[in-house]
Amino acid sequence: MPTMTKLMVSPHIHSGRSTAGIMRDVLIALLPATVAGVVLFGWQALLPIAVCVACCVGFEAIFNLIVKQEQTVGDLSAAVTGLLLALNLPANIPLWQCVIGSLFAIIIVKCLFGGIGSNLVNPAITARVFMLVAFNSMAVSAFPVDVTAGATPLAAEQMPDLLTLFLGRHGGSIGETCTAALLLGGIYLLARRVITWHIPVVFIGTVFAFSFCTTGFDALAALSLTMAGGVFIGAIFMATDYVTSPSTAWGKVIFGLGAGLLTCLIRYYGVYPEGVSFAILLMNILTPFINRWTRRKVFAAQGGKA
Amino acid sequence: MAFYLRGIHVPHRKSTVKQETVRMTPPQTVIIPMAMHIGAPAVPAVGVGDTVKVGTKIGEACGKISSNIYASVSGKVTKLADYLLADGSVTTAVEIESDGEMSVAETVCPPTVNSREELLAALAASGIVGLGGAGFPTHVKLDVDPARIEYLIINGAECEPYITSDTVTMLTRGDDMAYALQTLCRCMGIGKVIIGIENNKKEAIGVMREMAASLADTASVSVKTLPSVYPQGGEKVLVYHTTGRKIAVGKLPIDVGCVVLNCTTLAAIGAYLRTGMPLVEKCVTVDGGAVKHPQNVLVPIGTPLDALFAFCGGLTAQPAKIIYGGPMMGLTVPNENCSVLKNTNGVLALTEKEAKLPKTTACIQCGSCVNTCPFGLAPVSIAEAYEKKDAEALRALSVMSCMECGCCSFVCPANRPLVQINKLSKQFLRDEAKKEGN
Repeated sequence: MPTMTKLMVSPHIHSGRSTAGIMRDVLIALLPATVAGVVLFGWQALLPIAVCVACCVGFEAIFNLIVKQEQTVGDLSAAVTGLLLALNLPANIPLWQCVIGSLFAIIIVKCLFGGIGSNLVNPAITARVFMLVAFNSMAVSAFPVDVTAGATPLAAEQMPDLLTLFLGRHGGSIGETCTAALLLGGIYLLARRVITWHIPVVFIGTVFAFSFCTTGFDALAALSLTMAGGVFIGAIFMATDYVTSPSTAWGKVIFGLGAGLLTCLIRYYGVYPEGVSFAILLMNILTPFINRWTRRKVFAAQGGKA
Repeated sequence: MAFYLRGIHVPHRKSTVKQETVRMTPPQTVIIPMAMHIGAPAVPAVGVGDTVKVGTKIGEACGKISSNIYASVSGKVTKLADYLLADGSVTTAVEIESDGEMSVAETVCPPTVNSREELLAALAASGIVGLGGAGFPTHVKLDVDPARIEYLIINGAECEPYITSDTVTMLTRGDDMAYALQTLCRCMGIGKVIIGIENNKKEAIGVMREMAASLADTASVSVKTLPSVYPQGGEKVLVYHTTGRKIAVGKLPIDVGCVVLNCTTLAAIGAYLRTGMPLVEKCVTVDGGAVKHPQNVLVPIGTPLDALFAFCGGLTAQPAKIIYGGPMMGLTVPNENCSVLKNTNGVLALTEKEAKLPKTTACIQCGSCVNTCPFGLAPVSIAEAYEKKDAEALRALSVMSCMECGCCSFVCPANRPLVQINKLSKQFLRDEAKKEGN
């Protein structure tokens, strides 16, 4: 008999799921949208992607070195933030703005609040909003690529047809236009059980339903409005961020509903053509409250016969 | 009932069910601790130098909740020494050097059981305790007003990975179980019996269905197939899934009209009623990557673990952990002097690779713990409240409901010690209640 073995509390086995594994799955799920972005907007689109990913990972590594804490870039969450941020920017964005945006996302929004898991709002979303307000980044003019326009079709006079919208051959951020690629990524995340259907389906469904009403019950027009902006990338990848979205099924439904409604309200009554980022940001702030309202019912807290 | 409680899919690793169960050659010495049950430890009834036979009483039950303990080999008592239990407490153990004869004590004879009183007396004399793991003395559990018992539920849900000793019991000891059920139903006036088994044990379900059919004259005995989702064998989970009744925090199955017995406990009752041989032997699953020949072994209680491993071909690698019971809720063995106890259903020697747990990292609020808890608890919120030592919040989060099944820790991608925190939170609330009481 061996003299000493480990004395430890149960359980003694683990599912093998890890934060890095989940983040790797998110990166894989973002691959179709990334490839689509490069195909649609040209090689030029690779630059902001590379800069954002490198900066986000780099800033987190440097922050950890400065405050002398364990290195966390291995969990890949900084890479996810960088990629998400880039996919939400136009392909011709000045690269210095990407650097500032990454700095804001990682240092201000994430690290200063305690790093992964402790941030109150989604770093990529918040940085995008910051850049929108600070540099007016999203209003960059059309750039010489083989697509209709640089700005979102939500701001344009003429809405492209449905197939164009589905394939992403229209203006917008690098990763938000190709609905097909985003859906593919979403299906992958569902299959890998990284996310559940609640937030994406309710979010997208709410935007569609609202648009259906405001377009005088025109299903095709409503579908165009749903696919034209950042709803899909937001609903599938940004609103499902674990840290800043509710845990329970009902919480997720409320979150999706709120984000969808706010998106539409901003689109119709706000000064910006698109409201997805603001909507998710606002719902991020409400998440702790939603979590408290939607706690699961504890089994037999009272008891007695069923 | 409408819904099954949530849980998780664990790796089964139950290959030992296909191996033949073998009876171990008696070890040279057995070390039998006096605390192998919930309640007061037994008092040693023998001294150094005494000669004992298989079935000689060596420990006398002490107080209402306690249990007798019997010699599992014949031979001479060589030592009464301190023994460190897996929970960290220390008790006395009787060490017996075997004479290799395995001669049976003259006192062993089948009891006459025709009434409830005789049954309870026989169970008290049998030394039988809950063999599923809890070790609650069976005669105490059954000492309730028979009118309150609507259902007798037999726990055949062996949901822990690796462990197959209960399944083997169901496959091979249906006769003992049937005999026990007949007597229990007759003496306690029990009308309904439900045997709960998960659907990954098809063969056991078949055997139990046959047994149930043979008891049609005695009582309404049925077999309920359960999903093979961990933790089906948890008492409250089993009662809910078989009867739809919910047992509240701090309540017992009898409070909702149920008595739950593990299938191996039932077989032990049958064996005692038929032969009069008290509980001296246990079917133990010996498994894990470090064991050369994983199998189910019938071993004398008190067999030192090294002798048990030696019987199974020895250890092929230095185990990282040795565990009593399954890997989800089992306790690690504290030192090399430990032996097989009454409530030991398995002993696992896990290799470094099997026992390796991922590094603990920051919580990413993924909600996996919340969404897998069978009882709807929120381990992530409990951990936050415990960090602040917020007793009020912990009470509001019903942490006392936690059965420590381990689902939350198992699924946590950050490998947070959630079960440990729940255990600490429960102890913290008990301490707070004590403080407030004073």
